[in-house]
Amino acid sequence: MLEVHRIFKTYEGKLLLEDISFKVDTGETVCLLGASGSGKSTLLRIIAGLEESDAGFVSFNGMDLTSTPPHLRDFGLVFQDYALFPHLNVNENVAFGLKMRRLPQTEIARRVASSLELVNLTGFGTRKVTDLSGGEQQRVALARALAIQPRLLMFDEPLGALDRTLREGLLNELRTILHHTQIPAIYVTHDQEEAFTLADRILILHDGAILREGTPAGVWSNPGSAYVAKFLGLGNVFEGVVSDERKVETRYGDFTVQCTHKHSKGEKVHLLARPLPAESEANVLQGVVSDIIFQQERFKVTLDTGLYVYIDDAPKVGESILARVKVECLG
Amino acid sequence: MGNSALSVSLWLKRILLWVPPLSFLAILFFFPLSKILALTFDFQTLTADNLQLAFRVLRFTLYQAVLSTLLTLLLGLPSAYLFARFDFRGKSFLRALTAVPFMLPTVVVASSFNAIWGGRGLFSFFFPSFNLHPSAFTLILLAHVFYNATIVIRVVGNALSSLDPKLEAAARSLGADSFRVWWNVILPLLRPSLLASSLLVFLFDFTSFGVILLLGGSQFSTLEVEIYLRVLKLPNLSLAALLSVIQLLCTLLFSLLYTRLVTRNPQQLNPRPVLLSPKTFKQRVFVSLFCLLLSTFFLAPLSALPFRSLFRLEADRGQRGEVQYGFTTDYYTELFVNRRGSVFYVPPIQATANSLTYAGATVILSLLLGFPAAFALARPTRLEKVLDPLIMLPLGSSAVMLGLGFIITYGQWLTSPLLVPFAHTLVALPFVIRVLQPAIASIPERLRQAAAALGASPFEVWKTIDLPILRRATLSAATFAFTISLGEFGATLLISRPEYPTIPVAIERFLSQPGGLNYGQAMAMATILMSLTLVGILLIEKFRLPKSGEF
Repeated sequence: MLEVHRIFKTYEGKLLLEDISFKVDTGETVCLLGASGSGKSTLLRIIAGLEESDAGFVSFNGMDLTSTPPHLRDFGLVFQDYALFPHLNVNENVAFGLKMRRLPQTEIARRVASSLELVNLTGFGTRKVTDLSGGEQQRVALARALAIQPRLLMFDEPLGALDRTLREGLLNELRTILHHTQIPAIYVTHDQEEAFTLADRILILHDGAILREGTPAGVWSNPGSAYVAKFLGLGNVFEGVVSDERKVETRYGDFTVQCTHKHSKGEKVHLLARPLPAESEANVLQGVVSDIIFQQERFKVTLDTGLYVYIDDAPKVGESILARVKVECLG
Repeated sequence: MGNSALSVSLWLKRILLWVPPLSFLAILFFFPLSKILALTFDFQTLTADNLQLAFRVLRFTLYQAVLSTLLTLLLGLPSAYLFARFDFRGKSFLRALTAVPFMLPTVVVASSFNAIWGGRGLFSFFFPSFNLHPSAFTLILLAHVFYNATIVIRVVGNALSSLDPKLEAAARSLGADSFRVWWNVILPLLRPSLLASSLLVFLFDFTSFGVILLLGGSQFSTLEVEIYLRVLKLPNLSLAALLSVIQLLCTLLFSLLYTRLVTRNPQQLNPRPVLLSPKTFKQRVFVSLFCLLLSTFFLAPLSALPFRSLFRLEADRGQRGEVQYGFTTDYYTELFVNRRGSVFYVPPIQATANSLTYAGATVILSLLLGFPAAFALARPTRLEKVLDPLIMLPLGSSAVMLGLGFIITYGQWLTSPLLVPFAHTLVALPFVIRVLQPAIASIPERLRQAAAALGASPFEVWKTIDLPILRRATLSAATFAFTISLGEFGATLLISRPEYPTIPVAIERFLSQPGGLNYGQAMAMATILMSLTLVGILLIEKFRLPKSGEF
């Protein structure tokens, strides 16, 4: 079990990571989700031992790793730009970590073959890595990390350089492989789709701090802050003033909400209006239709107020509509 | 806490990297330099007589350098135009041919010119009635053009082919005739590259030594030649020191001008060459005329040298009566004989063995010193910004001056043949560093991190990642050091022991002796040196990293 304990990191006077703590259990995949500059890659490099933290420590199965150099940590690492060794072929790249461990030749050959099979690259062994496509290169990088049978796998935006269809295919394979091998994994990304597909648990990083932690479903249903709701694109996020218990006045109308904390009258709160229609809800968004975008099974309808809702049957631009939606109180 | 400990160990590593190359330079360059300076700024040195002589020598050095530069431009500019604008058969060969002399040792170039134009050369043999003997001074100028034309061709040619052809079209549509297009549009745009290449050519002509000494002799006293004379022939070390300080100041000034020029006007990096096959009559005449001129000018000396080394054209010394003209291998076989009363105490071929040994030692030494420096420079900190020009300084000082510094400072050890590879390393080190440094910098840090994450210790990372990737750069740097050492003339001439001559020194001695046999042996030696160097050049080209892409 990996434990990250109260990590702080500053760089040139700027706070990069502030009091980061979390755990990764056996067989668990944790996604660090955040925009660029959120500090997620720095955190990954600290866990890998490529960078030192100013305070705090990383431990594995209870053993403090602070004085363990990266090459003795036994953590597999997969980079966005693959970092394949250009002077070695596919087999030699995958065998690299095994050679460093001084395994016997036959064992190396066996593990290389099975790793390549795991990533569907059987038969690519003698190819030059510089001749491979981006997707194939990333598979080699994955096979190389898997071959050493690491006690933790770490991914730094591994699919960021690939196009969409390739990314979806590899993402599903990766999911299967991670479930199959049961190796605990940390997956860093800015792409929520990747995070929600892979993660058992999601950590949302913002300005060097963990803003929200939970299962994909838990984060989705309860974002907890305006930033997370906006970052995940959960719906319309806007501000309002508490006028009464469970009543909030906003410039889009008055809404009845359930907040987790008790707010006093006159206090400002952020609300999230989910765009899906919900007939049983009491809250209503109303406005004049200003734009309609066809989105496969539904229409995204933008109102003159700037808010948007999803509707099954397209209205006409200029029509005045009412939509019942779920409105939640954020924090 | 962890952070400062980390940076302390990083600093320690940096300093450790710098200790070997810096102490080498301190002992063998900066300390001798300080001795030369001390000798110069002395009342007994700075006399009116000495200063007057120095001024006269400086004036002649400048005069021949300016003249050589102008002649180089005269040949180089049309050639640059030829290569930048036209496409024709054999173009890449001709272009490569013009670049070969620049990499040849000065003694080889001098010998080549001697073989064709010299008193014993092919021209005067085949056309004895022509009274067209070029003077020694003309020969020197021609050899300088031969040497440096490629600089103008490359620099101006690149600028020319990266000019937007639409500018020319626009000027024409606005009513400019072809002269006005050149005068008002193209030349002003080429000005930075014209200035830069001229300055570089000038710098090489200003510091030229071997060509002038071997083709002209001591009556053409440039700064370098005069320093040499004042060390070996008419010993006056303080005058030599004064001259070499003047020389160093001048080269530093010109290098500074050059660097400012180049950094202020960076070359455009997207050449869009528009190549035409010659169409109009005028173009065809120009292209064929220049192809003929260039191939003659560059091929003739390069082929005359091996030819002359295999053909007897005159009586050897001591031979009377029937002289056999024609093909002979005598000049080569004679190299293996230790004749009494010859120029050497050993069979002349021993010079080849000496040269190869020195070159091998230079390779090892310059790689050992160059690698740490290149590693530090590949990831520069403020320290490296200061040290970089310092480590390149030997490049700006003349080889003869390095020799002089050795003599003044370590004269008592001059009997040791060890000093020669030290001097050669001093000359080769900047080149070795400049070859290794970008190669090291081009290895992404990610690769090392990936290797570390896979379990490679720092040493294993260096062994399995850095070293294999740097193999080509290392071989290239080694070959550079090897060929530089083989051809080094100025410093070696001053410090080599008579019983341990190198090839260039042997050639100089053969040429300074009378008799056809000595002359023929000089040609044979120069041919050997040329072949070795050409192999080196080919290897360097082969090891050159592909410009884009592979990594």
